Amino acid sequence: MFVYYLELAARSFRRDRALTALMIVAIAFGVGASMTMLTVLHVVSADPIPGHSRDLYYILVDSQRLDSYVPGEEPDFQSTRFDAEAIVRARRADRQAMMSGGNVAIESGRPDLPPFFVSARYTSADFFPMFRAPFAAGAPWTAAEDDGSARVAVITRALAGKLFGPGDAVGRAIRVDGHDLRILGVLDAWQPNPHFWDVSSGRTYGETEQVFVPFSTSRELKLRPEGNMNCWGNEPGPNDNLALDAPCTWIQLWVELDSPDKVAAFHDFLISYSEEQRRAGRFQRPPNVRMRDVLEWLDFRQVVPRDVRLQTWVALGFLLVCLINTVGLLLTKFLRGSPLLGVRRALGASKRSIFAQLLVESGAIGFAGGILGLGVAWLGLFAVRHQPTPYAQLAHLDLPMLGATFGLAIAASLLAGLLPAWRGSQISVASQLKSH
Amino acid sequence: MLRMKDVSKVYRTEVIETHALRELSLEVREGEFVAVTGPSGSGKTTFLNIAGLLEELTSGTYTLDGVDVSSLDDRARSRLRNEKIGFVFQSFNLIPDLDLFANVDVPLRYRGLSRTDRHRRIASALERVGLGSRMKHFPAELSGGQQQRAAIARAIAGGPKLLLADEPTGNLDSAMAREVMQLLEELNAQGTVVVIVTHDPEIAARAQRNIHVVAGIAADLERGPALVRAPAGAADHHQPTA
Repeated sequence: MFVYYLELAARSFRRDRALTALMIVAIAFGVGASMTMLTVLHVVSADPIPGHSRDLYYILVDSQRLDSYVPGEEPDFQSTRFDAEAIVRARRADRQAMMSGGNVAIESGRPDLPPFFVSARYTSADFFPMFRAPFAAGAPWTAAEDDGSARVAVITRALAGKLFGPGDAVGRAIRVDGHDLRILGVLDAWQPNPHFWDVSSGRTYGETEQVFVPFSTSRELKLRPEGNMNCWGNEPGPNDNLALDAPCTWIQLWVELDSPDKVAAFHDFLISYSEEQRRAGRFQRPPNVRMRDVLEWLDFRQVVPRDVRLQTWVALGFLLVCLINTVGLLLTKFLRGSPLLGVRRALGASKRSIFAQLLVESGAIGFAGGILGLGVAWLGLFAVRHQPTPYAQLAHLDLPMLGATFGLAIAASLLAGLLPAWRGSQISVASQLKSH
Repeated sequence: MLRMKDVSKVYRTEVIETHALRELSLEVREGEFVAVTGPSGSGKTTFLNIAGLLEELTSGTYTLDGVDVSSLDDRARSRLRNEKIGFVFQSFNLIPDLDLFANVDVPLRYRGLSRTDRHRRIASALERVGLGSRMKHFPAELSGGQQQRAAIARAIAGGPKLLLADEPTGNLDSAMAREVMQLLEELNAQGTVVVIVTHDPEIAARAQRNIHVVAGIAADLERGPALVRAPAGAADHHQPTA
């Protein structure tokens, strides 16, 4: 009967072209607007490292002064260089990496390619396996190279192509801020969004950094860090705030722990580390540590832009308005067709059959609305991509969202069709036959 | 075939209660051709609607081909209606955007028959009413008489035992009316029970038996009126009928 109901729906559309078109347009705009914003929300709030996000922990220890201390308050959202280096050196986790963003000048030495700036990350060897960064060629540097402040780097495939063309970049030198570094590895396409490892840099979305350098090397070469920095105590001079013992937080610290027992043990380690630092006079506050996995950290830092959430709610509200309009239009359409429904009832259609027939018609309107809604969503996302927002370039419909668009359109139209279909199935047959 | 006993139908609104049928009792036997007559508002159409399972009765019992319909749910009533009853209406009630083939197909679709079986029945029914060559015509392309014959084809395609006709010649000229009546008589001769509601004494005269309904009460004119007068107040309020 489903196919028969579809045939009847097609005939009904032809009979009431204007009304049907109006409903399709209403659903298309409601669904299109909703899917535009849901896609943006989906992109900006997606798990950036699925399958591993629950094993990666952002670490904070409270190293600030005692004055203005409120028990239980959050530590600063980054670590001091001293604490980060100490915790990484302790190697209590499966993997650990400290890092900071940077912005470095690249000199190709080619006359056709003038020097240019790229974003960089100064980090530890574990960064790559910990964050599942795929290598197209070569390999990451080692812990020994971290310890030895080796003049090495890992670059992205895009940068390798720009500098060296299609040839192999591994083993070649790259000139970074006036220093030659040997390329150990080339990263394959890798674009986790948001860039969860550093959500304070202002580059939370979009392309990843293009050059990766050992943190120790970055300090020896005095490569410029970039990002948020918070200092206290005896304010260091402008050149000292990057020093090992500077009372400044500017480092992101991550560890990988693959079991609850390890998480608990690492938490205990952080507590004992804080107590030890307090005994040594570096920490003034009682132990105050935090460990948050990737999703908790993104949630805590409210990485998903507030305006995206707000606009999503507005779009869903618009869909609701479109649905209410569709309910009214469907009621009009179905009740206008009551005499024909009466004839069908007289000829043996049960109320359930009529209800199913009308619901299939609603669903078919939703399907058509979904197709048009895809176009509206495509236009909406096109508009989003031209907005000056950091996540603009990510706003694309992927396969799941494409399926969701149709799902939403059909679900919305079925929902809108419930009341009209029920009313249509409850008509008084006798009176409709008289009026036909 | 059709037996009603003490059937009443009351329409209730917040301010008024209308008795359309009052303890109506009658029986239509296998093979009969019965005309139901009566003045406007007497309850003829209400009787036909209840007989055709289009409306539920308020009280009494109604047995159709041995099945007590009083306790059936909508699904069972619809199935029974589809299998046992064919309808012919005064205004034909063909679906305008379906051709004759698809119009006759409507009741068969709800029967769940195979495509082959449906096609065979549709072709046979349209041939039977002389419209075999008009299968792809739409109702608006046919004369009134042809439309009514198409409606009869739709009514008989499922092989019903009972044909209910509500003023089937009311919208036709006399020549077409004769044609339609002849067709109904032929169907009756082949074993289909025909119950026809009519105002037309000429049509009624062609029936084997007349049942006269006055103020919701039936009088069987063949066997002598069991009830010839309406009780006082019987027609105080009534539903307008055909």
